[in-house]
Amino acid sequence: MQYSLKMQGIHKHFPGVHALDDVSFDVEAGSVHALVGENGAGKSTLMKLISGSLVPDEGSIEVFGEAVRFRSPAEAQHHGISMIHQELTVVPERSVASNIFLGREPRALGGLFIDYRALNTQAKALLDRLDVRVDPTVPISELSIAQQQMVEVAKALSYNARVIIMDEPTSSLTERETATLFRIIRDLRADGITVIYISHRLEEIFEISDRVTVLRDGRTIRTDATADLDEDTIVSSMVGRTIDTIFPKREVEIGETILHVDGLSGNGFRDVSFSLRKGEILGISGLVGAGRSEMVRGLMGIDPVDGGSIDLFGQPVTTPRVAGMMRRGFAFVPEDRKEEALFLGMSVRDNLVVSLLSRLFRSGLIQYGRLGEVTAQYIDKLRIQTPSQGQLIRNLSGGNQQKVIIARCLALKPSVLILDEPTRGIDVGAKAEIHTIIGDLAAQGVGIIMISSELPEILGVSDRIVVMKEGRVAAQLDRTEATQDLIMQKAATGGGS
Amino acid sequence: MIPTVRRIVVRYSTFLILAALMLLFSLVSSRFLQVNNLLNIVDQSALLAIVAIGVTYTIISGGIDLSVGSVVALVGAVSAGLIVRAGLPVPVGILLGLVFGALLGLVNGLFVVYGRLQPFVATLAMMAIARGLTLLYTQGRPISGMGEAYTFFGSRLGPIPVSILVLLVVVLVSGTVLRRTPFGAYVYAVGGNEETTRLAGVAVSRVKLGAYAFSGLMAAVGGIILTARLWSAQPQAATGLELQAIAATVLGGASLMGGAGTILGTVAGALIMGVLANGLNLAGVSSYLQQVITGGIFILAVLLDMWTKRQKV
Repeated sequence: MQYSLKMQGIHKHFPGVHALDDVSFDVEAGSVHALVGENGAGKSTLMKLISGSLVPDEGSIEVFGEAVRFRSPAEAQHHGISMIHQELTVVPERSVASNIFLGREPRALGGLFIDYRALNTQAKALLDRLDVRVDPTVPISELSIAQQQMVEVAKALSYNARVIIMDEPTSSLTERETATLFRIIRDLRADGITVIYISHRLEEIFEISDRVTVLRDGRTIRTDATADLDEDTIVSSMVGRTIDTIFPKREVEIGETILHVDGLSGNGFRDVSFSLRKGEILGISGLVGAGRSEMVRGLMGIDPVDGGSIDLFGQPVTTPRVAGMMRRGFAFVPEDRKEEALFLGMSVRDNLVVSLLSRLFRSGLIQYGRLGEVTAQYIDKLRIQTPSQGQLIRNLSGGNQQKVIIARCLALKPSVLILDEPTRGIDVGAKAEIHTIIGDLAAQGVGIIMISSELPEILGVSDRIVVMKEGRVAAQLDRTEATQDLIMQKAATGGGS
Repeated sequence: MIPTVRRIVVRYSTFLILAALMLLFSLVSSRFLQVNNLLNIVDQSALLAIVAIGVTYTIISGGIDLSVGSVVALVGAVSAGLIVRAGLPVPVGILLGLVFGALLGLVNGLFVVYGRLQPFVATLAMMAIARGLTLLYTQGRPISGMGEAYTFFGSRLGPIPVSILVLLVVVLVSGTVLRRTPFGAYVYAVGGNEETTRLAGVAVSRVKLGAYAFSGLMAAVGGIILTARLWSAQPQAATGLELQAIAATVLGGASLMGGAGTILGTVAGALIMGVLANGLNLAGVSSYLQQVITGGIFILAVLLDMWTKRQKV
C-alpha cells in the first residue's frame, strides 16, 4: 500500500498547551481520509503542520515516501499539498481566473505582462475538468460560496496537488451543493488524488470517506476503515464518553401563544405566517437561500419588512426595529458569529454584558463589581470554559464563544429567543450542551425559534417545524409527523401547503 | 436588457456625472464649451489627475497617501533649488527631483511595510515632515529663475498645454502597468485580500513599496509641473492637494477599503473637480460658496455610486 502521507510521533507545543502529543497519522494514496475530533482536539494544528503553516517540535513527516520539513505553505504546495480553508481565502474583486493563478499568472512579452487570454483559457480548462460551469472572467465575489469552493479546488489542481485538505467544506453549502462537492471529491479520488476531509457532520463522513482518524486532546484515538465504524463509536471516541443521545429533548409544558406572525414579507421572504407559544421550540428548516435568515432578521427588525403583521402578547408591533424588539423581550443569536455576534478584541465579560449595560445601570455609570457578578453568574450557569472574565473572547473555542453569545441574550431575560444556526462549526460536546440550554429555556417558558440546516438537530430539538422554500413557508410539521425525508421533500420540491 | 443598462450605469457613473455637469454648465454659460476653455479645464485638472493617479495606486493596495501635497511642494523646491542655487543643468535637476519624490514615497512604504504603521499615520507624518523640509529649504521664500527649459512644462506646445501631454503619458503608462502587468494585478490583490495574496507566494512587501514609491513619483511629476507653471517653487504650494486627490480617486470609483479603482475613473474624478471649479467661476459663484458646492457634489456623487452598486442584479 502506498501512503501519500505518513506522520510519526508528532509533538507540537504552544505556550501552556501540548497541542499535539505523539500523534501518528497515515493516509493511503488516492483515498478520502476523514479527520474528526472536537474543537481543540488538534485537527487544525495537525493540518497546519501538513500544509506548511507550522513546523512540528518533534516527529517525522513523509510525503509519498520522501521525508519533508515544510517551512511555508508554498513549500507544501510545491510537494503537492494544498489546503482549502473553511473561511475561503479569495480576493473578492478579482476574477475567478486571477484568483486561481494568483502569483503564478502566465506571462507574455518576456514576462513583463500578464497574458490574460492564456490565464482565462487555463482557468476554463481546470473548471471544465471539475465540470464546474463558471465564467472565469467574472469577479469571484459574484459566485455563491459553493462555487467559490469549487474554484478553490480548481486552484489546488492548478498546483498539481496530490493531496487536498478540505476543512469543513460543507459548512455553508446546501444539500444539493454538498452533493456536487462530493461528486467532485469522488472524481478526484478516481484520478488518484488524496483528499483529507475534516467535518463535524458524521453522516457526510460515512458517505464520502474511506478511512477515519479520530483525534482527542491532541492524541490519535483511532484510525479505521469507515465501513468498520458506526456513528456511536465515532462520537464516543471523540468525546471520550458515551453520549446516549446527541439531542436530549426535554418534555415541556407548552403554554399560550405569545407571538403571532401573519403574512410577513420583505427582501427574500414573502407571506410568512406562524405562531409561537410559551415554552415551544419552533424549528425553521429549509435549504440555504430559502429566506430563513432573512425572515428572522425582518422579524427582529434588523432588515426592513414591507408587509404583514407581528403580534406580540396580543399587541401589534409596527415597523420593528432591533433595539425596540429587544425592549419588547426579543433576543437574537445571529448566524455569523465572527461578523455579527462577537467583539473579537474584547473580553469575555465585555462580550457578555454588552446588551445589558443600559438596563443594568440606569444611572448611566457602570459599576464594575456588579458587572463581574452578573458575568460570573452566567459563566457558571452555562458552564462557559474560560480562564477568566478578562480573557479575550477570540481565544475561546467556538462552542464557548457561542455560549457567551447565548448568555448575552439570556441576561436580557427574553420571552422570545431567536437562534440562527446556533451550533454551526461547534463540536459535538458543546453542541449537546447548547441543546440542553435551549431545552432548559423552553422549560422556563421562553418561546424559541431556531434555524438549523442540520436535519437531525431540527428533528431532535423542535416541537414544531416550519419548512421554508424560496422565501415562503412550504410546510408546517408537527414533531410527531416530521421525518428527514418529509422535510427534505418539502424544502426541495414541496409547493404550497 | 435592463441589467446591462444598470451595469453600464454602475460602471461608468463617474463619466456620466462628468457629462451631466458639462451639459449643465454649457447651458449656464456659452463660454464653457469653447475649445480654449475646455483645454484650460484639462490643463488645470492635469496636475490633480497626475497626483491622484499616484494616490489611486496606494488606495487600490488598501492604503492611502496623505503626503502627496507636501511632496509636490518639496520636490518643486528641491528641483528648482538644484538648478538655481547649485547650478545643475535643468534635465538633471528635474530628474533628481523625480528620484527624490519616488524616494520619499518609498520611505512612506518602508514605514508601512516594515514599521507596520497604518498608512494613514505614516503618510500623515510624511505630510508634516515634507512640508517642514520645504519651508526649511526655501526659508519660506519662493525660488525662481529656473529658465525656460524648466517652465516649458507649464507652457503650451502650440495650442496644447504641455501638462496635458504629460498626463496622457502618465495615464498610458500607469494604466498599462495596473491592467497588464503582474505588479498591477498584485496591487489589486493586496488591497482585496492581503493574507491570501501573501499565501499565494506574492512578495506583498515589494508590491506595497512599489505602490508608495509610485505615488511619490507621481507627486514629483506634479511638483515639476506646478513649479513650471508658477515660474517659481512656492513653499506653500499644493497645500490640501492630498485631499483633492483622494476625492478625485473616490469619485473615480476606487474603494477606500482597497481592491478596486481605475486610472480612467480617477482622471474623470479629477476632471469633475476641474469642471466644477471652472463652471462655477463662469457662473459667477463666489469662491467661498464654490467649496460648499464642491463638497456637496462630492457627497452626492459618492452616495449615488454606493446606491447604484447596492442594487445588485
